[in-house]
Amino acid sequence: MYKGGTGQWAYFLHRLSGAAIFLYLLIHIVDTALLGWGPKYFNYMMQLYTHPLFKLGEIGLFAAVLFHALNGLRICIFDFWVGATRYHSQIFWGAMVLFSVIFLPVFYIMIQRVHF
Amino acid sequence: MKITLKVQKFDPEKDKKPYYKSYELDMEPMDRVLDALNKAKWDEDGTLTYRKSCAHGVCGSDAMRINGKNALACKVLIKDCGSKITLEPMLGFEVVKDLAVEMKSFFKKFKSVKPYLINQDPPPAKERRQSPKELDKFDDTTKCIMCGACTTSCPTFWADKDYIGPAAIVASHRFLFDSRDDADEERLAMMNDADSVWKCHTVFNCVDACPRNIEITKAIGEVKQKLLYDSF
Ligand code: FES
Repeated sequence: MYKGGTGQWAYFLHRLSGAAIFLYLLIHIVDTALLGWGPKYFNYMMQLYTHPLFKLGEIGLFAAVLFHALNGLRICIFDFWVGATRYHSQIFWGAMVLFSVIFLPVFYIMIQRVHF
Repeated sequence: MKITLKVQKFDPEKDKKPYYKSYELDMEPMDRVLDALNKAKWDEDGTLTYRKSCAHGVCGSDAMRINGKNALACKVLIKDCGSKITLEPMLGFEVVKDLAVEMKSFFKKFKSVKPYLINQDPPPAKERRQSPKELDKFDDTTKCIMCGACTTSCPTFWADKDYIGPAAIVASHRFLFDSRDDADEERLAMMNDADSVWKCHTVFNCVDACPRNIEITKAIGEVKQKLLYDSF
């Protein structure tokens, strides 16, 4: 394993969150398509989604989308203002602060809807 | 200062797999990692293999992973590494022996970007003049010593051996932004290739690894911008 800095972690997390979002979208396409087979299957699927595991997954999904979006903006900054590359690490931590500010309240709201 | 130098060893003619061998050494804090390697080789184990030449960070021979991160052994001080130092060859190349890797493909890519001045005008009586401002545009990328630390720290390169790599892009940048060079079109076409700048994912490992502190991601960004804006 190469001991890279923040840039390497941002990159790995970007890929990971991207793959997770893609997986979610695949499942989402399947559940919506179930409508074609009538309410029975669709409702059953919706029922499944109330399971605490899916509720927790939803929080994870929100985290993945938020990270992917913020880091995507971080990368755009480098593309348009190449001078910003000098502060790449600071910009990463800035994005992480922004992530926490948005994620923590949302997490607080979402976790209360998970009933085990 | 007592240190343990843990080196990844591998002789393709004898060994099936790389393994680690440790050397207990007595070094000065201000010695460099290269001094420790030399001591291990000269006093303990003559088979220990690595490249070095200038020992002053100029020739670019001794890039390797020092405690997991690419650097030149002749530029890193013992005191900055702690008492346990792990040395491994650069990632992504075939190992010739121990810390020496096969760099033919690296230099092939480097040469492919035509890292020399192209100017069809007959040379003037004196020099080709250039203002300090014009020099500023590419001064940073002239510092490259072709050690390979950047390219072999790049996750894109590990996964995709066709990627031309940061070192070759730096070489291209050096002439692309030189006012005396007039092969822009050819150079830009090379950089627009599928295996070139667009495969940079701004990971910044190369910037952290460069022993000459070249702002590589900035240089790659400048090439990307030139490709974009020159096409309008
Ligand atoms: S030996 Fe020449 S750069 Fe280290």
